[in-house]
Amino acid sequence: MPTVAPLDLTGHCVSACFLGDVPVFALADGVVHRLAGGHAWTEAHDGLLTAAPTRDGKCLITGGEDGKVMSLSPEGSVELLAEVGRKWITSVATGPQDIVAFASGKVAYVRFSDGRMRELEHPRSVEGLAFAPKGVRLGVARYNGATLHFPATDSKPTELEWAGAHTGITFSPDGNFLVTTMQENALHGWKLSDGRHMRMAGYPAKVKSLSWSAKGRWLATSGAPAAIVWPFQGKDGPMGKAPLELGTRGDAMVTQVACHPNEDIVAIGYSDGMILAARFADQKEVLLRRAGKGAISAMTWDREGRRLAFGTETGDCGIVDISA
Amino acid sequence: MSEQSAQIPVTVLTGYLGSGKTTLLNRILSEDHGKRYAVIVNEFGEIGIDNDLIVESDEEIYEMNNGCVCCTVRGDLVRVVEGLTRRPGRFDAIIVETTGLADPAPVAQTFFMDDDVRAKTRLDAVVALVDAKHLPLRLKDSKEAADQIAFADVIVLNKTDLVTPEELAQVETAVRAINPYARIHKTERAGVALSEVLDRGAFDLKRALENDPHFLDHDHPDHVCGPDCDHDHNHHHHDHDHDHHHHDHHEGLAAIHDVGVTSVSLRGGEMDPKKFFPWIQKTTQIDGPNILRLKGIIAFKDDPERYVVQGVHMIIEGDHQRPWKEGERRESRLVFIGRELDAERLKQTFEACQA
Repeated sequence: MPTVAPLDLTGHCVSACFLGDVPVFALADGVVHRLAGGHAWTEAHDGLLTAAPTRDGKCLITGGEDGKVMSLSPEGSVELLAEVGRKWITSVATGPQDIVAFASGKVAYVRFSDGRMRELEHPRSVEGLAFAPKGVRLGVARYNGATLHFPATDSKPTELEWAGAHTGITFSPDGNFLVTTMQENALHGWKLSDGRHMRMAGYPAKVKSLSWSAKGRWLATSGAPAAIVWPFQGKDGPMGKAPLELGTRGDAMVTQVACHPNEDIVAIGYSDGMILAARFADQKEVLLRRAGKGAISAMTWDREGRRLAFGTETGDCGIVDISA
Repeated sequence: MSEQSAQIPVTVLTGYLGSGKTTLLNRILSEDHGKRYAVIVNEFGEIGIDNDLIVESDEEIYEMNNGCVCCTVRGDLVRVVEGLTRRPGRFDAIIVETTGLADPAPVAQTFFMDDDVRAKTRLDAVVALVDAKHLPLRLKDSKEAADQIAFADVIVLNKTDLVTPEELAQVETAVRAINPYARIHKTERAGVALSEVLDRGAFDLKRALENDPHFLDHDHPDHVCGPDCDHDHNHHHHDHDHDHHHHDHHEGLAAIHDVGVTSVSLRGGEMDPKKFFPWIQKTTQIDGPNILRLKGIIAFKDDPERYVVQGVHMIIEGDHQRPWKEGERRESRLVFIGRELDAERLKQTFEACQA
């Protein structure tokens, strides 16, 4: 039976994840809470907007209303990585070799591990950022498409066009596909080898959470009363195929999804705070957490897939342990 | 607490460079009014106040991917409002300052079209600052000056000390010709009482009607402003000439400039919903780009409640407001503010929807 260890905090949880073995909860007020033995916390920002763990899982990179980008260790030390003045840092992404990218206004900044910075100007706002799984390749979600940069070189960026505002971005783990979330209730995708388009529409709400399953065979998404899970096993991705609908409920919307790191199982977080786990193969569901005070706003598994850290819009966070 | 009151009110501040927006913003940020405002500006620039609730944001207009050119939202607002509302309790209301040349439609439409923004905030009022001295020139050389006036719920006619009384009267006539329904405050150095600008509940027609039951009646020749009517009440000679200015607006416009933005006020009896809804859909689809605002109270046949409808370009929404009172005339009123509106066609087709 799964057990829940609650951590009751105050405020909107932006990110819940693990640094090494330590669960961390980054809240919108700028305080990052850790469960390392006991409950400890560090104030990283005056207003935290975005956070992403580094690839090696050792640090949490955060961006704030204070125009700062910080790196937080599991021990609670905070290092200032960059500062851009008074503008908000609206998105961060982490790449190979400790590279960090962050967005403010129309500029995507890339910070290399030696502290060197590169500024990539765009004609419109930089909405979402993601690094490709291999190589130093940065994807930028923007108005009317996405731009792919090789920020370590001076090569020309690749422009992928599709009308509309693209707000978030993710590469498939094999690097073959790029998927964006849109201002409309839809996803858009490109097959990178030939630029072919994939339209994934029909959602009743905006898609805000995306998660690739183990080995990238499926892409789980929020934005509906069920987790919508698109098949990416074939060479053309989900084109012409119907998605799975897992954990369908009549009275709540899915707000977060987090695929298990090893098995074809997805944790589904809902607008009322409930969390279910659902298996792709037989659609079997297990309750991980009963409804709480507010919508699930963040969820991440640990590396082994034993524990799930979750956060909500109302601060009632915690850890689900499924190994017991 | 009702959903309505849990939503954070948003005031949109428009106006040309030099109209006094910054002066008004500085007053809002520095005066002791017991409220805290988060302010979204395009540039910190001239705001001489250091306040961590001032957010600089690049005005970012996104066309919605639905094939409609006038369906636009402010993408940056979607993001900033989401960020601000994650930390409620820091502020009581939000103010959005637009750039001088901004078209106010995308800002207003963001509050209709984005579900997240809608869930957390409500548009309280669109306030336009107008420079009394330079308005004639502005109306001549730009489309935006007229758009800003047409869109406004509250107009602050500023810098009145820089014009003669005759010039002021002419400017006011021009403003009224564009927008007969906004409340006008005449000021020097943006010296309007902040309570006249903030927390007005003026954008939402249902609330505007609660605050001022005669909201849509100001052009009616029979209408006599009662004591509950505080229309334009900040100037001392409380006459109601302004109610009738637009009846002779061609004269006023000729004196300044024909800006092409006019209002069309329609009046009819009880409507057949089976005719009215398809008509309003079609009308807003065809004339949407030219319709800046529309507002109306509709009496449907056999419907015990008044129905209010409002819109921006092609986006319309409607809802029941309250039961018709006993003895109240079951009359339908609809007002369009826009460009190149064919008043005669609108009138005929509107009247054809009567039950």
